[in-house]
Amino acid sequence: MSIKKIKLSCVLVLVSLFTISMPARAELTIDITLWLDNATRIAVVPFEWRSPSRIPLNMTDVISADLKRSGQFAPMKESDMIETPHSSSEVNYATWRNSKMKYVVIGKLQSIGRDSYQIQFQLLDVEKGTQVTGHSFQAKKKQLRRLSHHISDLIYEAITGERGAFDTYLAYITVTKDRKGQNRYRLAISDSDGYNEQILFESSMPIVRPSWSPDGKKLAYVSYATGRPQIYVQNIFNRHTQRLTDFKGSNLSPAWSPDGRRMAMSLSKDGNAEIYIMDLNTRKLHRVTRSNGVDIEPAWFPDGRSLIFTSDRGGKPQIYRQSIDSRGGVGRAQRLTFDGKENLRGSVSPDGKRVAMVHNIGGQYRIAVLDLEADQLSILTDGHLDESPGFAPNGGMLIYAGQAKGRGVLAVVSSDGRASHKLRLQQGDVREPAWSPYKQD
Amino acid sequence: MVIRNKLLIIGLLASFGVACSSTSEKPPEDSGQQDATTDTRDSAQDQTPIQSNPFDDPSNPLSKRVVYFEFDSYSIKPEDRDIIIAHAEYLSANSGEKVVLEGHADERGTREYNIALGERRANAVKQLMTLQGVSSSQIDVVSFGEERPIAIGHDESAWSQNRRVEILYPSH
Repeated sequence: MSIKKIKLSCVLVLVSLFTISMPARAELTIDITLWLDNATRIAVVPFEWRSPSRIPLNMTDVISADLKRSGQFAPMKESDMIETPHSSSEVNYATWRNSKMKYVVIGKLQSIGRDSYQIQFQLLDVEKGTQVTGHSFQAKKKQLRRLSHHISDLIYEAITGERGAFDTYLAYITVTKDRKGQNRYRLAISDSDGYNEQILFESSMPIVRPSWSPDGKKLAYVSYATGRPQIYVQNIFNRHTQRLTDFKGSNLSPAWSPDGRRMAMSLSKDGNAEIYIMDLNTRKLHRVTRSNGVDIEPAWFPDGRSLIFTSDRGGKPQIYRQSIDSRGGVGRAQRLTFDGKENLRGSVSPDGKRVAMVHNIGGQYRIAVLDLEADQLSILTDGHLDESPGFAPNGGMLIYAGQAKGRGVLAVVSSDGRASHKLRLQQGDVREPAWSPYKQD
Repeated sequence: MVIRNKLLIIGLLASFGVACSSTSEKPPEDSGQQDATTDTRDSAQDQTPIQSNPFDDPSNPLSKRVVYFEFDSYSIKPEDRDIIIAHAEYLSANSGEKVVLEGHADERGTREYNIALGERRANAVKQLMTLQGVSSSQIDVVSFGEERPIAIGHDESAWSQNRRVEILYPSH
């Protein structure tokens, strides 16, 4: 290695330490609170890195953390590994069988030029002594973290048969106090593990309900920047922002249609809150509901032909389903929820078969999932004020907002309720999470 | 745990006092948002010998600028009608005056439902005011839902203070 190269790598290390330490206070940290007893045992062996310079990213740490967070896997601690093979010929399957591992992941990370890396990995079945899957990639340093999530997705899918959702974003709102004690609201996105937080919008006025466009490129949200709640849309890449609504009253609950061409919302311009659908090209509004109650929090079924929403037309807020066509509502809304005192803020699973909601049972607000075919409600969480449930794009996990030690935290629970983890800020509250769709690039 | 502390609510209501007949007016001196200009609009209506500001006089219903609500309810409590009617009479007599009705909710339930609930509470106050002859153009309604609590806490004593409509005079 030349002197020039060494200098360059030192600079890179300093830069990366700086960028990691600066935003760390604001970033989310993860506490795993519950995982499966029968989680699949897997060893993710640290990738080979032959260069004397510092490894650009411990990709296997990111992969192990992803798999562990899902609750489905129990990754082996690096310190417990007796051998650290990097190619299949070096793998001694008996060693891993003795450690009761079902799978082993091995791989290599190589520098192949200036800011260019070659990455290869293999997922091996310990019992069969065969490869399950293997891939190789080229990437720049700043792409390595995302590539790690992608490898986690490939491992997850190869073993569970379900698509992984690690290479996705979370959107959420943080609230901290400034030096004068005033609230500071921030609309932020991060990777699904809380890393790489980016602030999209910041305000002294409240921000609620971020909502992803189906292509994962835009966020709609509600901001009080003008003094009253209005709906805005921001492109997360170029940050271009436009105000979508400026109606009298409250403009709330933006929800993109599955084709991305329409947006359902709740507007109180004509009195109480009613559901409308806006054509995003023409900005024309079609009214969906007409009731004496509050109609709010619409969410689409994946076929785009019906919505659910929260309504207190029957007294207490409950979730209703309404068929729609291009002109608005068709027929009468049907009440979906009958268990519990109240049910609010429904979120439809990606396959359209389940609805997650905030369920008030005995004054406790918990996340519940209604299986529409079986008409069966399961309560997944045990908090006091859990809210804002939303499915991961693979339907396997749900993110929601809860409370821990009086502070707002995000929590993720597997959709069977058997595994969970929490994401919290070092200080302040985090709330209103929304899991992004799969990335399309 | 939802334990409705009804005694506490009753206590809070009792502390509002009873309406009195004074309708004298001057800008309040304690609002923090006040405009220092002197109100000369209708000092002729000042029929009481006491030279106090009705917005500050605890015995005057105009001094009460917050009304409270039950959980998940936007019904005005009978005890609060006199407060709202006093403000309505003031607004009717001062057609140039504007008021902002700011609706709020406690932390239970979802954030957006609570914004809608706070708005219904503020609209209920607005409706009573317009029935008293106030022009709706004098009234602006905005709801912050659970975003701006008065009391921080996770029990009924905090919640009961947060379920409210604030009657705000921007020009005062």
